[in-house]
Amino acid sequence: MDKRSPRAWLYLLPAIIFVTCFMVYPLIDVFIYSFEEGYNSASQTFSGVGTFNYSYILRDRYFLQAVKNTFILVIITVPLSTALALLISTGLNSINALKRLFQTVYFLPYVTNTLAVGLVFMILFKKTAYTDGLINLLINLVGGGSVDFIDGPYWAKMFVLCFYTIWVVMPFKVLILTGALASVNPQYYAAARIDGASKRRIFTRITLPMISPMIFYLIITGFIGAFKAYSDAVALFGTDLNASEMNTIVGYIYDMLYGSSGGYPSYASAAAIVLLVIVLTITCINSMVSRRYVYY
Amino acid sequence: MTRRDTRGKIRGVIGRAAVYIGLAFWAVMVLFPFYWMLLTSIKGYGAYNSEHIPAFFTLAPTIENYVSAFTTVPLGGYFINTVIFTIATTAIMLLVTVFSAFAFSRLNFRGKNLVFILFLALMMIPSELVMVTNFVTITNLSLRNTFPGLILPSVASVFYIYLLKENFSQIPDNLYYAAKVDGTSDLKYLFKVMLPICRPTIITITILKVIECWNSFVWPRLITDDANYFLVSNGIQEIRENGFGRDNIPAMMASVVIISVPLIVLFLIFRKKIMAGVSRGGTKI
Repeated sequence: MDKRSPRAWLYLLPAIIFVTCFMVYPLIDVFIYSFEEGYNSASQTFSGVGTFNYSYILRDRYFLQAVKNTFILVIITVPLSTALALLISTGLNSINALKRLFQTVYFLPYVTNTLAVGLVFMILFKKTAYTDGLINLLINLVGGGSVDFIDGPYWAKMFVLCFYTIWVVMPFKVLILTGALASVNPQYYAAARIDGASKRRIFTRITLPMISPMIFYLIITGFIGAFKAYSDAVALFGTDLNASEMNTIVGYIYDMLYGSSGGYPSYASAAAIVLLVIVLTITCINSMVSRRYVYY
Repeated sequence: MTRRDTRGKIRGVIGRAAVYIGLAFWAVMVLFPFYWMLLTSIKGYGAYNSEHIPAFFTLAPTIENYVSAFTTVPLGGYFINTVIFTIATTAIMLLVTVFSAFAFSRLNFRGKNLVFILFLALMMIPSELVMVTNFVTITNLSLRNTFPGLILPSVASVFYIYLLKENFSQIPDNLYYAAKVDGTSDLKYLFKVMLPICRPTIITITILKVIECWNSFVWPRLITDDANYFLVSNGIQEIRENGFGRDNIPAMMASVVIISVPLIVLFLIFRKKIMAGVSRGGTKI
């Protein structure tokens, strides 16, 4: 073909080396690990091949807890944050004054360190010996009793986790939806108004269909992102997530690999494969559904 | 003016006011944690702990917390580590990305499309999946608690190669042939013509990678257990669990402010570029 062919490969070489060493090889290897039984990380030997790792983690209380937490997190945060983002960006698109300022403010959480700002949420919600915390103060104001959101009942903790997750993912969604709304051709709106269509009808019959590809894009990325949740939980509840019943699937993989409960790369691999299967399934379902509902 | 017009106008005003109130409400929700962290960071330790009902302002601001963030805990060290990690990772990523995007867009070679499709397929792979093996690899190479161990697995970003390749491909072929006729080498063409034309994309991927590096947590936490190599995310976690003592919230918040400031400043400077870049291709990693 081209006589400069070897030179082209030279340009590609660094990328190929990095991708092969740290993406392709690990991808193959994680499958192999997940079927190696009784793997010993010190001697790097294993006793057999089979599906024991999978049956182990599927019977592990902590893994089931992690899967349950992750699913609850996904089911609550993805629809809520997408709907809220749609509301906010519709509002943003209907104003002129202060629009830029609002957009800038809304984007701020994107550039903050999840771990660091999570600590702020923790002190806002936490009940200590000294103070019940600001949020409890507000709850007391409207007549409720104090709740320990960080070390207290399961649903209180889950509420904080969902709240913080939504706070973290909003900037991206608002940004994308504001852009999508602004790109709808204004002639459609003008035509609809001439026909006397109500605002609500314009929104459901023109706006929503026009931005439906972006909404589905956000739902898919939202699902994938929420299934990989981990740092938000660490920020709020500390590193020992199993003790606080707030672990996520990624957190479980992490704990199996390393730390006080670590040293089991085979279990971690099996859990990682389960995560992959879940993510791929959701992506497939989403794209099948979106083919039916996205208008172009 | 008819009565109906007036009523419609009033409704419009009310609707508009409702929109502004809603938007302002969310703005407060976003800004309040930042305000609270700044406020708490300038409260004295004693003052903070004696407030049963948290005060919304302070009359006795102090910088003692900022001093102890650098003296009691090695926040300065975490900071320098993160800067080194971020700069090195981003620089290597840029080199790798520029060269491979150039090969994919400008050069012809056997198997180009196949390799490109394989690269694209890798975009779907969640990084959590390869984390397991990378952890074992780095451990076996005895690269734990080293910068290469932190940096090397964080370099590869297939998505940025794709983004830059798309941008490179928009440059007309004629420019390349003209340069060839003038005897310009490929490398010179890449650096003198293509890169300047595609500067916005280069800036975009640089910023996205910097944000990603500055906030990365899972991989650094796996690969470092020596506090001398902690990045800020792990540092803040360490500070929380073992640093000032659990009750010294003001000092903790001062550390949070110090960690958050660089990216917020970067954002305020490059606001437009960052927002355009993220909407073109970023999800939070």
